[in-house]
Amino acid sequence: MTFILTAVLVLGATGLILGLVLYAVSRKFKVEEDPRVGQITELLPGANCGGCGFPGCAAFAAACVKAESMDNLKCSACKSEVMQQVAAIAGHAIEVGVEKIAVVRCSGSCQSRPRLRTYDGARSCAVAAMMNGGETGCFFGCLGCGDCVSACKFDAIKMDPETGLPVVDQDKCTACGACVKACPRHIIELRNKNKLDRRVYVSCVNQDKGPVAKKACDVACIGCGKCVKACPFEAITLENNLAYIDFEKCRLCRKCVDECPQHSIIAVNFPPKRVVEEAPAAPETAPVETESTENK
Amino acid sequence: MNTFKIGGVHPEPNKLTAGKKIETLGLPQQAVFPLSQHIGAPAVPCVEKGDVVRVGTKIAEPGGFMSASIHSSVSGKVAKIDTIVDASGLRKPAIFIDVEGDEWEPSIDRSEKLVLQSTKTRDEIIECIKNAGVVGMGGACFPTHVKLCPPKECTIDTLIINAVECEPYLTADHRLMLEHADEIIIGIKVILKVLGIDRAVIGIEANKPDAIELLKSKTSMVSGIEVMPLQMKYPQGGEKQLIEAVTGRQVPPPPALPANVGCVVQNVGTVFAIYEAVMKNKPLIERIVTVTGQNVKKPCNLKVRMGTPVSQLLEYAGGMPEDTGKLISGGPMMGRPLLDETAPVVKGTSGVLLIPEKDAIRREERNCIRCAKCVQACPMGLEPYLLATASESGDWECAEENWIMSCIECGCCQSTCPSRRPLLDWVRLAKNRVGGIIRARNAKK
Repeated sequence: MTFILTAVLVLGATGLILGLVLYAVSRKFKVEEDPRVGQITELLPGANCGGCGFPGCAAFAAACVKAESMDNLKCSACKSEVMQQVAAIAGHAIEVGVEKIAVVRCSGSCQSRPRLRTYDGARSCAVAAMMNGGETGCFFGCLGCGDCVSACKFDAIKMDPETGLPVVDQDKCTACGACVKACPRHIIELRNKNKLDRRVYVSCVNQDKGPVAKKACDVACIGCGKCVKACPFEAITLENNLAYIDFEKCRLCRKCVDECPQHSIIAVNFPPKRVVEEAPAAPETAPVETESTENK
Repeated sequence: MNTFKIGGVHPEPNKLTAGKKIETLGLPQQAVFPLSQHIGAPAVPCVEKGDVVRVGTKIAEPGGFMSASIHSSVSGKVAKIDTIVDASGLRKPAIFIDVEGDEWEPSIDRSEKLVLQSTKTRDEIIECIKNAGVVGMGGACFPTHVKLCPPKECTIDTLIINAVECEPYLTADHRLMLEHADEIIIGIKVILKVLGIDRAVIGIEANKPDAIELLKSKTSMVSGIEVMPLQMKYPQGGEKQLIEAVTGRQVPPPPALPANVGCVVQNVGTVFAIYEAVMKNKPLIERIVTVTGQNVKKPCNLKVRMGTPVSQLLEYAGGMPEDTGKLISGGPMMGRPLLDETAPVVKGTSGVLLIPEKDAIRREERNCIRCAKCVQACPMGLEPYLLATASESGDWECAEENWIMSCIECGCCQSTCPSRRPLLDWVRLAKNRVGGIIRARNAKK
């Protein structure tokens, strides 16, 4: 009986002494952490995507608390409300930024851009871009090996098996920019989300002269400049045989979309146009509308 | 017989054209000269549209120290300076010349007569080689005048002539040795004079007994030039492997050069080009190209003017067989696929290989099973599976730590992989990226 009692007492005493030691040590070496860092980390998505420029969400939270203002601090994966909450916890004021979304600027599907050869090397756009000019006649367009898909931490990009092009899920995309960096052909761009997710953009990055571009792809921008003339807001510029719509200046009037002979300007998330009776241009807009629904 | 110690593979030699004499291909209708046919800065054009050029007229000046000039191989008019899709599928600027007649620069000695002696001094010879635009003809296209001026602190004692031609199918160097042995020996003497040494070793693989015998008989009366037969093993033609096979010395990892172990290596094709440049005043405007493949009707060795479209070579060889799956510039191990047959022959085109469809298909890739066959095969003692995995996950630091810059891209790893992993593709990507990182780091310093 005493044997058991001794054992219990000895163990109990050891536990008590060690507990006291641990308590003393934890008091002595306590790390003062700002409780706000923990709160902010909870709010952040926790994907550690690195889109903010910090090694992970916790590092970003610490930077927010430490910084004097929220300038240059932006979690691209958070909605603006969340960023406001973060700023409130950190004690900074913040302007409501414009939300962005990744946009794939290539429409060269299997039908519009015939495959001239087969690439059978490693399934990586980076390798394909380094080794050869891709499978089609276009030396600027999508290579279709899906580097952007594997770069996306939010499962927002998928390859469309029919067109062979990546499709961005606009609900999931957080505009962190990982795909933009991953694409060796610089096809993906972050553009303003706008009201109702409406976007107008040139879905082509081909800088070849018109005839060469047209031969390689049915929907390539040929640099004709019609859209530049049509734009009432001077939002479109033509450089290296390629039109580019400045999303800050674009007012989504869609005049360029109707004007483009190659249908390479795409309007997304607009309601179908009412058919104007006397306008002969109506049938021409039809294919653009179908493309826009494909891109949803 | 000697060979290098670690790694290496034994691919099927398939030297279909070893017995075929060199034939001369006719002139093309239009010749195209890409401005970067060599390692280093692209050349800068010194002609304009509409200019009339002759065979041997310089059309582009070197674009820097590490660069080479380019000469017209045809006479005619400059049609345009535009971009062309080169062998590796990238767009490069090029000079297009419409061919009219065949008028040579008068300074070029076109006779067949052997020129034995030259009164040129060392510096004059180097200037001559530089002006002739000679680059390494083995495939890497390293400007020869740079290679012949090793860093001052290195003492060179051996010149190694690379006559290995370990790449399957190719026989251009082999035929050159059989038909132009005298010129090659004079070329070697010229290089020895430039380097100021008196020992040269010609390394030849044992599968070319006729060339070994011929060169042995020709050099028996010449002191200082030795012919060394080597065991067959790929990639013996690699500079570092050949140095080890011939001298037993190992070149340290980059940035060390062969000169650090006292060796300079030159390909036989380069030696012949040096002979022509120095003795005949003829710039590098022609080269021997092997056109071959299992199903090619008339495989042959052709003497081709630079800038000739590959399609003309194929036509001469009996046309492209219908079942061709891949068109390769170079050999099956290190060659690069040609995107289309309109690509021109450049200084580095050692062969055109047509692979039938059934052999061209890469089978489905499986997971790495860590069998380490690639490690055994790697002649540089690297771990290709590790490098490929690092590259796949974008871990450039890991790739650099594991000596990726030592990789010679010989393709031994890929050819032995039982899981058919595209190891070389990934390693090439990582090498490209790590090279960029290192250059950026050096530029900062």
